[in-house]
Amino acid sequence: MTVPRETGAIHDIGYRHYTGPRLGAAYIARSLTVHSLRGAFGLGRATRSKVVPFLLLAAMVVPAFVIALVVVLGGADELPLEYTSYAVRLGAVLTIFVAAQSPQAVSRDLRFRLVALYFARPISRATYVRSKLLAMSAALFGFLTAPLVVLYVGALLGELDVWDNTVGFLKGVAGAAMFAVVLASVGLAIAAWTPRRGIGVAAIVTVLTLLGGISAIVSGVAEEQGQDTLAGWAGLISPVSIVDGVQVWLLDSSAAVVAGPPGTWGGPVFALVAVALVAACYLLLMRRYRAVTDA
Amino acid sequence: MPSLVVTESLTKRYGARVTALADLDVEVPEGVTGLVGANGAGKSTLIKILLGLLPATSGSARVLDLDVATQGQRIRELVGYMPEHDCLPPDVTATELVVHLARMSGLPTNAARERAADTLRHVGLFEERYRPVGGYSTGMKQRVKLAQALVHDPQLVLLDEPTNGLDPAGRDEMLRLIRRIGTVFGISVVVTSHLMGELERVCDHVVVIDGGRLMRSAATSTMTALTQDVVVEVTERGADVEARLAAAGVAVRRQGEVLHLVLTDDGTYDLVRDAVADLGIGLVRLQRGRQHMLDMFRDAPVGAAP
Repeated sequence: MTVPRETGAIHDIGYRHYTGPRLGAAYIARSLTVHSLRGAFGLGRATRSKVVPFLLLAAMVVPAFVIALVVVLGGADELPLEYTSYAVRLGAVLTIFVAAQSPQAVSRDLRFRLVALYFARPISRATYVRSKLLAMSAALFGFLTAPLVVLYVGALLGELDVWDNTVGFLKGVAGAAMFAVVLASVGLAIAAWTPRRGIGVAAIVTVLTLLGGISAIVSGVAEEQGQDTLAGWAGLISPVSIVDGVQVWLLDSSAAVVAGPPGTWGGPVFALVAVALVAACYLLLMRRYRAVTDA
Repeated sequence: MPSLVVTESLTKRYGARVTALADLDVEVPEGVTGLVGANGAGKSTLIKILLGLLPATSGSARVLDLDVATQGQRIRELVGYMPEHDCLPPDVTATELVVHLARMSGLPTNAARERAADTLRHVGLFEERYRPVGGYSTGMKQRVKLAQALVHDPQLVLLDEPTNGLDPAGRDEMLRLIRRIGTVFGISVVVTSHLMGELERVCDHVVVIDGGRLMRSAATSTMTALTQDVVVEVTERGADVEARLAAAGVAVRRQGEVLHLVLTDDGTYDLVRDAVADLGIGLVRLQRGRQHMLDMFRDAPVGAAP
């Protein structure tokens, strides 16, 4: 008696129900944040998605590396720039990173209507928006902190003043956190309202450079005419100079962009505007996703 | 049998003019339920309300005995949803996408990987699942969409027009898969379609809505029993065929060479075969009536009870 042999048959083991744990909102939010943070650097995506963020990261770090090299080899007695001003000096690279990666974080989900699958799960609009904001902020924070670490290591190797540099570095890190949150909010808010990725990139670059330009021009003209107070307030026009103004006030750094906030009230006003800007962007994002759920 | 979905006087208006759902009372039992209606009948609106994504204007709805207005989050843990529209980014593989979405349903990473692999296999995606979704056919994309709705092992899946855009073969396979989900997997299904004919084959229960109102809600068995309609078309001598079938006790109605008869059991087919063979004529068509359930609803009073 011969039994017919099944060759290479895949045995259907039937459907098995899932009996394991179902983790709550905190786990889901954390997973989405990590997923989006990785996405901001193209990790877990196709190779070509990694090219732009890592090129920009290199562009951000290389100048710091050169400065560090000069300090170590040339024997300078202090860094040629403050840690807090590094982000502003490389504002162009920073702007391009925000512009290139914010749409990655939100436009993709909107354009391909993946959000429908998110919101059919136990994840609220607020959780989604906060996770994306946190992820983009963290990505920017890493992007801004990496060159500061290089500078700091260079300063220590160059045997510069340890105390001064440690304080300066920590201030730089604090400033990086502020830049990260504000620029991530602005970038995501614009990206979420421009679902086509290319348009999102262009819109963010335009908004950030245009506002920066206007702010610089107004400030410059005002300074020419001896109106220093107005020159200071002109910093409120651009997100980058707003954060720079907060740095001047809170971290006692010198203004890197325009004149810096004027008088006693300048600093607190800049800080308030920064907070209001983040809040406004958050509300804009929430509105965007309310529209999605109702559609 | 407990009802999975219960709506009471559910109404949804968009602005003052558009009424998507009007005073809808629906009960969905366990098993596979078809939600049938023309485009714009309110099917998608109903699904969004059931997921707790869209607030009702008035009335109430419960899913798995949870209130859609207050317990939407809990409902979405236990329910899977497959949207009608495209919702897949082209640059990720099916595996990556489904693993990620499993985690978004609260599954730990390892469980998410395991469930994603199992579920993709169950919907019929094997080696393809490691390729980017952008290169998939419509049928494969529909399977990925189905897999993400099942990956967290829900108690109920809501499938919005899953056969849309599929060719006849793909349609059949999708319907078989839906039947399997309801029977083998033991997951209750609500599946919408604007085509009545395809749903009667896989559904235990059919709910028909039109213009946001309930037309009919009934078990499929009670409907098909009444309406086992067969169309027979012969080349000639239709009257003789009619006479022979009538003599054998078959209810038959004739229009020229086309006969409509009511199927009692498979023996009826044998009678047709014998009649045609004995008369030596050609059989052009022997077909189950496709539109009969719809005809029935056309005659049924609005809101008739099962």
